[in-house]
Amino acid sequence: MTDNRPAAADGASAPQGPPAPDNDSCTGGAGGNPKPAEGRHPTTHPHPITGLDARLVVDRAAFHLDITLTAAPGDVLALLGPNGAGKTTALRALAGLTPLTDGHLNLDGASLDRTPPESRPVGVVFQDYLLFPHLTALDNVAFGPRCQGVSKSEAREQAGAWLDRMGLAAHAGAKPRRLSGGQAQRVALARALATHPRLLLLDEPLAALDARTRLEVRGQLRRHLAEFEAVAVLVTHDPLDAMVLADRLVVIEHGRVVQEGTPADIARHPRTDYIAQLVGLNLYRGRAERHTVRLDAGPEITTTEDLSGPVFVAFPPSAVTLFRDRPTGASARNLWRCEVAGLETHGDQIRADLDGELSLAADVTTVAAAELELHPGAAVWATVKAMQTHAYPA
Amino acid sequence: MTSLHEPGAAAGPRTGRPRRRRVGTGGRRGVPLPLLLPGLLALAFLLLPLVALLVRAPWGSLPDQLSSTEVWQALQLSLVSATAATAVSLVLGVPLAWLLARTEFPGRGFVRALVTLPLVLPPVVGGVALLLALGRNGVIGKWLDAWFGITLPFTTTGVVIAEAFVAMPFLVISVEGTLRAADPRFEEAATTLGASRFTAFHRVTLPLIAPGIAAGAVLAWARALGEFGATITFAGNFPGRTQTMPLAVYLALQNDPDAAISLSLVLLAVSIAVLAGLRDRWMTTS
Repeated sequence: MTDNRPAAADGASAPQGPPAPDNDSCTGGAGGNPKPAEGRHPTTHPHPITGLDARLVVDRAAFHLDITLTAAPGDVLALLGPNGAGKTTALRALAGLTPLTDGHLNLDGASLDRTPPESRPVGVVFQDYLLFPHLTALDNVAFGPRCQGVSKSEAREQAGAWLDRMGLAAHAGAKPRRLSGGQAQRVALARALATHPRLLLLDEPLAALDARTRLEVRGQLRRHLAEFEAVAVLVTHDPLDAMVLADRLVVIEHGRVVQEGTPADIARHPRTDYIAQLVGLNLYRGRAERHTVRLDAGPEITTTEDLSGPVFVAFPPSAVTLFRDRPTGASARNLWRCEVAGLETHGDQIRADLDGELSLAADVTTVAAAELELHPGAAVWATVKAMQTHAYPA
Repeated sequence: MTSLHEPGAAAGPRTGRPRRRRVGTGGRRGVPLPLLLPGLLALAFLLLPLVALLVRAPWGSLPDQLSSTEVWQALQLSLVSATAATAVSLVLGVPLAWLLARTEFPGRGFVRALVTLPLVLPPVVGGVALLLALGRNGVIGKWLDAWFGITLPFTTTGVVIAEAFVAMPFLVISVEGTLRAADPRFEEAATTLGASRFTAFHRVTLPLIAPGIAAGAVLAWARALGEFGATITFAGNFPGRTQTMPLAVYLALQNDPDAAISLSLVLLAVSIAVLAGLRDRWMTTS
């Protein structure tokens, strides 16, 4: 399982040996390699549990984080949530940079609760990368192996192999300020991977990139994460990043997990307004009786699903049809009198935020918006076909 | 049509604005007179004494004045002791700056104030305090003398101690400021790569704050070179042993003013050299 790594490629297939004698500048810890060798071979580990099993509780003055995370080796987990939800705090707690108030953190069966950050088999790609500005790309990547007691030449060889793998061999001698955003991101990834972490943490890995680079780097990152055989956890507020990069999403709001599942599942069945907004759905909570859902907000929605009890109902803004006057002939079902609260362009469409009997977002074409004379304060009738709504148990 | 109108519209405010400002202030290019005059006066005040030094210098007898062994002894002693004091300040002051900038402990603000005290303390008082601490009958000096036979006052070591006492706060404050400005997350990044806190400090932080340390060291060195009060109080004024340049200048001024001017010129030259070095290496990059 380690043979796709540069360290193994040059013949050193065994775990790293004792620190080299010329270890003049790194940890200096008598134990040498601080990362337990067995941690790199979860299959031979006495414990049957591999991967991540954590409950992170962090108490701060005005903030309380309490989330549970589990992931198997090879999983890519995305922590998705609005700003201030506690994603980065969770990541820092996993890395050991923020102490846990309560809870536990087990990685491949070993408890890391009391392990200082430098001894954790955890690699971090920081949001703005934090490449050491005084070191070349090569020495940045070699920093980790050096700290693990690898000799200088060996560490540089490993670093070179990592940069090669990232397609950055030509930039090995460049200082970070000479690298583009995408290149710096790959160097940061190589630097984190070069320590052979059992848990890779990525904090908003694409946030610092411009739109065009982001597209390209997202694809590369997806490939590298797919190759990574241990647990990867990434933090993002961008649903697209989360859905493209992760196998599983954990949505955090106000320091708690509000929903967890595969990207497809979450996109289809959002359970909070925040997620519904992210995936572009109108979402309501109510109580179903056969095909009718009485919403907590007041009106009823007719759906095709036959359910009873508390449910969510969702429909996309594109499913909404707007009329200036009450449509005649149309059935009275799923017809609401609304008022335009706001308008904004959304791709080649206009998104109208409506208030009134029901708050909802509706997408209309520019032509339709002009014909309807949409403007803030304008009165409109909105309808949705039952077939285009989707109800599921809450 | 529009292309003809646009330059005219743009030129309108461009010509109008300076005129309005000139009327309001009466100064050249909008510099207000109440600021310009005192500023020029200050410049003259700072430069005139130096000009006077150059004008009244005994240029003819200068080579003779400077070739005396006493001058060379004093210059050599000054350079050596200032450099040693700077080295002491670096070895002890940088770690202190790190502690102040990067750790939390009760009374840190108070400790910080204590560190800056020698900055504002009259150096003579510092010298008296040093005598009381390290003098032959001092609080610590007593034991140093009794146990190890070490006496510090009125020795070259004493000169270094007096200069370090006065100069080290400059370095500590300068380095601490640089450390506070430096992003502590680089240390965190190093930690996640397996570096201990000390490794993170000397492999990541130290190179990052090197310009700040260098600037602080130059500041401390210059301060040590000019030290007078603490040195003469704690180390005395023995030619060849504790008589540094400032002491020699002061002494010479009483019986041989020409010699004092010549010695002052040497110190001025050293100061200008330091300033030039400082500007070329660090001030332009930071």
